[in-house]
Amino acid sequence: MGEVKVFGVRRSPYSCRVEIALKLKGIKYDFIEEDLSNKSPLLLKYNPVHKKIPVLVHNENPIAESLVILEYIEETWKGTPILPEDPYQRAMARFWSKFIDEKCMPALLKAAVKERENKKAIEEAAELLKILENELEGKKFFGGDNIGLVDIVADFIGYWLGLIQHVTGLELLTKEKFPNLCEWSHEFLSSSIVKESFPPSDHLLEYIRSWLSANPSK
Amino acid sequence: MATSDVKLLGAWPSPYVNRVQIVLKLKSVDYEYMEQSFPGKSELLLKSNPVYKKIPVLIHGDKPICESLIIVQYIDEVWNKNGPSLLPSDPYDCAMARFWAAYIDDKWFPIMGELRKAQEEEAKATLIKQAAEGLVLLEEAFLKCSKGKDYFGGESIGYLDIALGSFLGWIKAGEIMSGVKLLDETKTPGLVQWAQRFCSNDVVKDVLPEPEKLIEVLKMIQARLKAAATST
Repeated sequence: MGEVKVFGVRRSPYSCRVEIALKLKGIKYDFIEEDLSNKSPLLLKYNPVHKKIPVLVHNENPIAESLVILEYIEETWKGTPILPEDPYQRAMARFWSKFIDEKCMPALLKAAVKERENKKAIEEAAELLKILENELEGKKFFGGDNIGLVDIVADFIGYWLGLIQHVTGLELLTKEKFPNLCEWSHEFLSSSIVKESFPPSDHLLEYIRSWLSANPSK
Repeated sequence: MATSDVKLLGAWPSPYVNRVQIVLKLKSVDYEYMEQSFPGKSELLLKSNPVYKKIPVLIHGDKPICESLIIVQYIDEVWNKNGPSLLPSDPYDCAMARFWAAYIDDKWFPIMGELRKAQEEEAKATLIKQAAEGLVLLEEAFLKCSKGKDYFGGESIGYLDIALGSFLGWIKAGEIMSGVKLLDETKTPGLVQWAQRFCSNDVVKDVLPEPEKLIEVLKMIQARLKAAATST
């Protein structure tokens, strides 16, 4: 089995992705909470290229970048697969994961956090969410009947976004406009493993409030 | 028979399309190539890739697959009996291949795009320095991944060879246009030899466009951008 360590930050959706996958597969690991304003020498040694969390270290071998880590976890520990067996379905899961990371995450962070007064940013984010909304049609999870790679990668949408909206009053992800995504979020958060992997909502709300007041909208 | 069962929507100067062409050749997959004229987008392209509206798109049967590295993995998985696997079998080596391919696409190659747009000498110099530093990292990656063999993938061309190798035509074109050597034997000898090996490989050499042809394309794009800018 070997020793598994995760260098992360509990309030980061990228870090939580790794924890969800490990927990789903029943893999025991040590979590090392990093202070991003004062990164540990170990983190810098394990991820010299990007100097970021999360980093998974398995038997002293470090892996960085959450999507790369998730694929590694899937290949190393076969129980409770997060990717389908069929090559086309796998390609689709990889496609949607990349779409979320490359397009949705920057747009959502801009609309919900960095430029939260910007109507155009909100519209652009809504267009991207619509694509995901359509993808969920007739499905309980992006992965089908069970939580899969895409659900894990969409964790910001499933949890963080709702809490940010609660604090700022932003009405982006609403039941009226995105019934499938809201229903999906509810199902996703009903999983005990997912809940265990996330920081409690009161902690996260407090963090969000203090961050927003220290960082006014552009 | 699966001959025209596989279609590739592409454009010959695109390194992303070249990746798919190389892999289809490596795996001896027959396919129909459909050149998409730039800048127009055909109905088939828009229907097959509504999200990004970009090439390459592989259409297998009636199923479209988009994003070059995702297509590469798909081909590797479907035609897994045709030749060696493109991704290493060891999960850690596989993670390294994925990590460096993502680095190349997300961090390194975008520097080249910035270089083409940069106007001031200082900005250009900074970008060239960043590109060179990136290549030093990739040299280290090459030494680790190849383990003394010819390619990142070991004895045969693999995922990471294809990810980086597809850009070699554009790198050479950039070197010719700027007069600056990016792949330098004194700094990254392993990569320079690997690049020569990769480009002269039978499977690759008919796919990668010649740098001179890419320079013509670049000049044409630049002229079009200039015309569009002056007419607004």
